[in-house]
Amino acid sequence: MTYEIIALYAVSFCLIVGAIFTLVGAIGLLKFNDSMTRLHAPTKVGTVGVGALLLASIIYNGVFGEGAIQELLIMGFLFVTAPISANFIAKVNMHRRACDAPPALPTGEEWATFDLPATDNALLEDTIPSN
Amino acid sequence: MVRLFHWLFPHPLLTLLLTVVWIILQNGFSAGMAVFGLIIAIIIPRITAAFWPERPGGFRVGKMISYALMVLWDIMVANVQVAWIVLSVPNAKLKPAWIIIPLDLRQPEAITLLAGTITLTPGTVSADLSQSGHYLLVHVLHTEDADAERDAIKSRYEARLKEIFI
Repeated sequence: MTYEIIALYAVSFCLIVGAIFTLVGAIGLLKFNDSMTRLHAPTKVGTVGVGALLLASIIYNGVFGEGAIQELLIMGFLFVTAPISANFIAKVNMHRRACDAPPALPTGEEWATFDLPATDNALLEDTIPSN
Repeated sequence: MVRLFHWLFPHPLLTLLLTVVWIILQNGFSAGMAVFGLIIAIIIPRITAAFWPERPGGFRVGKMISYALMVLWDIMVANVQVAWIVLSVPNAKLKPAWIIIPLDLRQPEAITLLAGTITLTPGTVSADLSQSGHYLLVHVLHTEDADAERDAIKSRYEARLKEIFI
């Protein structure tokens, strides 16, 4: 009986922590006014927010249900895919010049995302206004 | 015999990983579905081997596990710090910065892992690599000292990854 009460408290705690971090992520998304700083908010929601909610689900199913560890898979896939989507959003920001220009490299080479064939670069200049 | 093994298992770790994922997905264990998962886990790496011709080098499992635990701890600590920044620092006082990290790592797997770690620890997002792959571009949400931030990433994560990947 008592360990069910402890589990109940653990589930509630995880739910509250997850909800708080999700809320902070949403506030950050609204508050920041630059697209690069705005990118930092969803990476928080993706890690601790979702992680705590899934942990609550694991504990609940383990104690009161039949036991489920598929949540570990969700967590694993999120941790693998979140950096990739963030990376692509950052690259789009750099191309659209929606952020401060990244610093030049000391060796004089170019960042890989700007390394396009000459014709592609001409296309970019035409379609995207440089504001 | 060795050649047959290499032909059948182009990526032994991928085979192992796919079997484990299949078993977890079923949410229950029976011998039949484990064997079926193993068959799928042999077929998929065999079919996709053409897209991934080089066999990745080995890594040290024990150090990998301690690295993963350290990153999990860092994610939690950094999350609290960034949540505090989001709630307390007004936009005008926020100091975002680009930092350039010169990489000593050369294996693509190790650089991918480093970039993923940097993005997952809140406050930093890895944005791009240089053409040669020897520099990493990182965006920091709020920093007073960009150089210190760069040295922290190099000593805390990159030095450990250099020991993990042989």
